[in-house]
Formats: sequence, structure tokens, C-alpha cells
Amino acid sequence: MKTRAAFIFLLALTAPALAQAPSGGDTPGSATNKTPPPVTGEQVYKQVCQACHMADGMGGKGAAMIPALAKNAKLEEPGYPIGMIMQGRGAMPPLTDLLGPAQIAGVVTYVRTHFGNNYKKPVTEAEVKMMMGQ
Amino acid sequence: MHTPGTTRRQLLTAIGMMGGTAALYQAMTTMGHAAETQYSGPPDLSGARPGASVLVLGSGLAGMLAAYELGKAGYKVRILEFQNRAGGRNWSLYGGDTYTELGGATQKVGFASGHYLNPGPWRIPHHHRTLLHYCKAFGVALEPFIQFNHSGYVHNAGAFGGKPVRYREAAADFEGNVAELLGKAIDQKALDAQLTAEDKDKLKEALRGWGMLDQDMKYKANLLSAEHRGYERPPGGGVNGSPIPSEPFPFRDVVNSQVWKNMAFFMNHEMQTTMFQPVGGMGMIGKAFQRQVQPMITFNAKVTRIHQDEAGVTVTYADTASGSVTEAKADYCVCAIPLGVLNQIENNMAPAKKSAIAAVPYSNSVKIGLQMARRFWETDDYIYGGHSFTSQDIALISYPNYHLFEDGPGVLLGAFASGAGAYRLAGMTPEQRIEAALAQGSVFHPGTYRKEYQTGASVAWSRVPWTMGCCARWNEETRKTHYQELVKVDDRVVLAGEHASYVGCWMEGALLSSLDAITRLHKRALEA
Repeated sequence: MKTRAAFIFLLALTAPALAQAPSGGDTPGSATNKTPPPVTGEQVYKQVCQACHMADGMGGKGAAMIPALAKNAKLEEPGYPIGMIMQGRGAMPPLTDLLGPAQIAGVVTYVRTHFGNNYKKPVTEAEVKMMMGQ
Repeated sequence: MHTPGTTRRQLLTAIGMMGGTAALYQAMTTMGHAAETQYSGPPDLSGARPGASVLVLGSGLAGMLAAYELGKAGYKVRILEFQNRAGGRNWSLYGGDTYTELGGATQKVGFASGHYLNPGPWRIPHHHRTLLHYCKAFGVALEPFIQFNHSGYVHNAGAFGGKPVRYREAAADFEGNVAELLGKAIDQKALDAQLTAEDKDKLKEALRGWGMLDQDMKYKANLLSAEHRGYERPPGGGVNGSPIPSEPFPFRDVVNSQVWKNMAFFMNHEMQTTMFQPVGGMGMIGKAFQRQVQPMITFNAKVTRIHQDEAGVTVTYADTASGSVTEAKADYCVCAIPLGVLNQIENNMAPAKKSAIAAVPYSNSVKIGLQMARRFWETDDYIYGGHSFTSQDIALISYPNYHLFEDGPGVLLGAFASGAGAYRLAGMTPEQRIEAALAQGSVFHPGTYRKEYQTGASVAWSRVPWTMGCCARWNEETRKTHYQELVKVDDRVVLAGEHASYVGCWMEGALLSSLDAITRLHKRALEA
């Protein structure tokens, strides 16, 4: 738990101000999307994460690879997936413009208890907020 | 235009003082400032050192243009390409094509001959002059892309009880109501601090003419407003020839429809008409580029390592079919691999360059093509090309700009999703995506949409095996910290692609980046 707290503290310090990009490029030019956002961890996984990490959590392999979340030991430390969602890595964008603390807590809990992962302790919204410096 | 002994700025200042801003603007335009593009013609590279060689990584437009121009300059050029096709994100899917996305889902495209889906770029602004130049040079036939169609629909779940209305009606009502309200503000003296009596008269005249207001400055059902929004009974011949005006919508619904977003969209510099598309699919551009550099390309080559030292550049690659590993060597390297992929390739580029490569995330986007047995949007709804916008995940449907009036099928764009909508559609199986596209698109054409559907195909860019994303997503912060490092020549290696430009996610950006990169690389090679 000590390392976890330290990790969370470090991330909170280093989290950049996530200025949302003017998207640039070709855009649809449509009205704001009115589809209700996902609420539960499972909904968030299916409606966001699955686009890259796949329905079975296995990721993918092409010219480069998308890491598998299935049986992923890095998920033991909840700060790791939370930080990944907050900051992104490489091609993966930060997802804080789509997901709030409750949704992030839900999906991290979901991923940590599915796809062959068995880290039973739920991640709370408060933990996520702390990492986000809120 | 060059005056010896006078700087350009001094000259412009002098012109500005003498002739005012119009003259200044004229002069700036003549001198290449204030123009619509940074393109100033093809590069004039020549005089490569005998035997000098370049490895180009990636045969998208940036890579192929680099290869073409460097080849012309006298370099020995070789291209390594991961896929079994050239063109990169410039791509069309036709009947008979097979596409396998990450995760393994495979689609056999069943479109009728001559019909296609453009998964990536699909429309070309008239001021993307680099692209237009090379299209002409390489013999790509272009035709108009119907960008702005007043007859398209606007649908918003939060307006008009969820029923679509025609763009022309909603846009006319938005402008008419805004004009009327502004007129009221003037009459109620709310703008007296800003406007003189003469200004107010002129502005009221403008509002009346622009917003189709009557003499009392009211926007209402009459033959004036009908000229913009359309008629209940349009003008005709004979006995019933006289037109009947249509009734404007409640203003609250008009505002809630967010038609202003569509209106503002059409005013974006990159979205202004005239726009173009290649005859036969966007992929025709990639094919034309490929014809120029075909002998240089090695397909199915997965780059696994990029190493440079005093002697040159060594690129290790594996044949994606056999797995056999080979090394390619050259004096220099133009790397046109998307950043998300490049970030995972072992290399010994400068640390700041590596940080830049790692710092830029990629956007997502989903396109879905739906083949309909007949062109009901033309025959039933009088829609010829253009778009219908929606607040659903699919964001829009876009009607084909080719084979108009034919009896046979048409392939329409059933989704151009981005953001949350794109993630949602990307996470589905190809079959589920088609189902979602049919369900959502039916809002515009209830009854016919599902009935006429024959076959479809979808591309979710987060699952495209060779890019793993759509486009580089810069923000102000990353631009400031990393952009110059990213584009800098790193000893023998330079990066090229839309990600190394400020015209991100456009083919024009890929080409401008490529021309700039090879011009600097050539200079460096000559100085060596």
C-alpha cells in the first residue's frame, strides 16, 4: 500500500494540464453527440476500451501492438491503469475528456476483476479523484 | 518584387502607409503571404552525390512523394512497406476486397462494381494545392465532391421531437430569427452605444435582406422567408401555379437542433466549397503515386529496428509472410511511419526525438459504407450528394457524388464517427456496426433505409493493423514542447507524414511535411 500511495502522489504531481486539442483534420460537422454516456464499469469498457483492447481484453498485434489487459499483472497496482487512462501512452490518448472519476473507477474495477484478472478490491471514485488532484 | 537594399518588411510597411490595407493585402498576396497554402511549387532538388542512397519507411503519400522527388534528384531510393499495398491511409475499399482488422474480424467487401468506401480521406479542399498539383502531374482525374447540399437533413435527438428537418429550413429559420432579434435590439436602443443612427439604418437594411424579414422587421411565413426555407406548395404552372409559403419552425427547436454547428462547419476554411474527389475512389491517388515509385517498393516488410551511425542507416525488417529477417542499409532515411507504430520500434534516435514520438496520441474514427439497392435519397427525397447530420454516434450520412441518377445501387457513407461515437462503433463487430448504422440512419429515411440495404463494410481506425489510430492529435502544449524536435533532421533520419505538419489529418499535411523533410535532408546530405 505504501508504494501505491507513493505512485499515486507522484502521478498527481506529474499529471500535465490536459489542454484539450483542437481536433484538426476532417470532422463530421454534426451536433453534439446525444447518446447517453456509459455509466457502469462494464459499459465503459464496452463503449470505450474495447475499441482497441478488444472484447476479450486480448489487445491486438499488427505493425505494432496494443497490450492485452487479460491476465495482466500490471493491473495489480490500480494506480497503473488509472494513470494510463488519465495520461495515455503512445498512440493511446488520455481519456479524461470522455470519462469522469466515477467512470474511471468503475472501469478499472471491472478490468481488474475480468479477463482472467482477480484483483477483488474495488477502486473508488475518491482514489481516482485524488490521483487527478481533485 | 524584390528591391535591393530594402527589407521585405520595410517595403510592406511603406506600401501599407501609402495605399492602405487593401494595397498591403494585394502586395502580401503577390509576395506569397496571406495565401491559402504554404505550397510554392514542387521542390527543385538536384545534384545528389553519386551513389547516395535513401531508405523510405512507409509507402503512404508522404513516403511515396519523398521517394519520387529524391529519386528525381539522383538518390538511390528504396521503400519498405508493412502492408501488401501502397497508399497508406489513402485507401478505397471495393467489391472483392478483403480487410482484416486487429482482433481478427475479416470483412469481404461486397459492393457492386464501380462503387466504393473511402475509409480515410474522402474530400479535398480546393486550396490543398500540393495534392492538386501532384494529382494533375500523376494523371489522377478529379471530380467535384458535393459538400454543401441545402436539401440534406438535420437531426437532433433534442429538437423537433427527434424528427429530421431539411438543412435549408433550419438554417433559414436560424438566420431569420437572429435577424429579427437583432432588429428588435436596435429598436429597443440596446445598441445605441455601439452604433450611430446611420449605422443602425444600414444594419437594419442588412438584417432585412439577409434574414428575409418583412417591412416590419418580422420573420414569418410569407414568400420572402419561403425563398430561403422552401414552400408549402412550390411555384408551378397553370391553374395552381401560385406558391404557398411554408411555416417557420418554433425558434426554440431551431436553436436546440444546433443547426448553427452545421452552418459554422461549412464556413471552416477546410470545408469551404469547391471540394474534389478522385474519379473511382480516393485510393486512385495512392495508386497514381505508386505507379511513379513501384520498382522501389518492398511490400510485407515489418520494420523492427532503425539504427544510425557514422557509416549510415541500418533498418531491420521482417517479412510478414515468412518471418525472415533482413537488414537494409542506406546513407539516409525518411521515416513516414505513423507515430503510434514508430514509438514501438527500437531505434537510436536522439532522446528528444524519441520523447516527441511518444508524446502524440492518435484520434479514432469510424467509417461505414452501406450499399442500397436503389438511390432512394435521389428519387424519393431529391437529395443529390451532400450530407445529413445527426446527434447520434454515426454523426452523419453522406450521399454518393458519383453515378447520380442511375437505376442501380449506390453506396452511401453510413457513418463518419469521431470521439465517443467512434469508440462505441469501433468496439463492435463489423456486423454490429452495420446494424447500428442502419438503426441510426433510418431516422432520415424511415422505411426505405433497411429495406434497400444490401451489403456494407466498416473501418474502425483504432483497429487498423498498420496505423492503430487515425491521426496524430497535437495540442498547444505538445506542439510547444515537441513539434520542432519531431521535425528536426536527426543526423541521417528525418520524419515525414501528416503528424509532422500543422495540416494534421489531411493528405496535404503529409505532402507538405514530406517536401519540407526531403528538402532539409538533401541540404544536409550535400553538406556532409
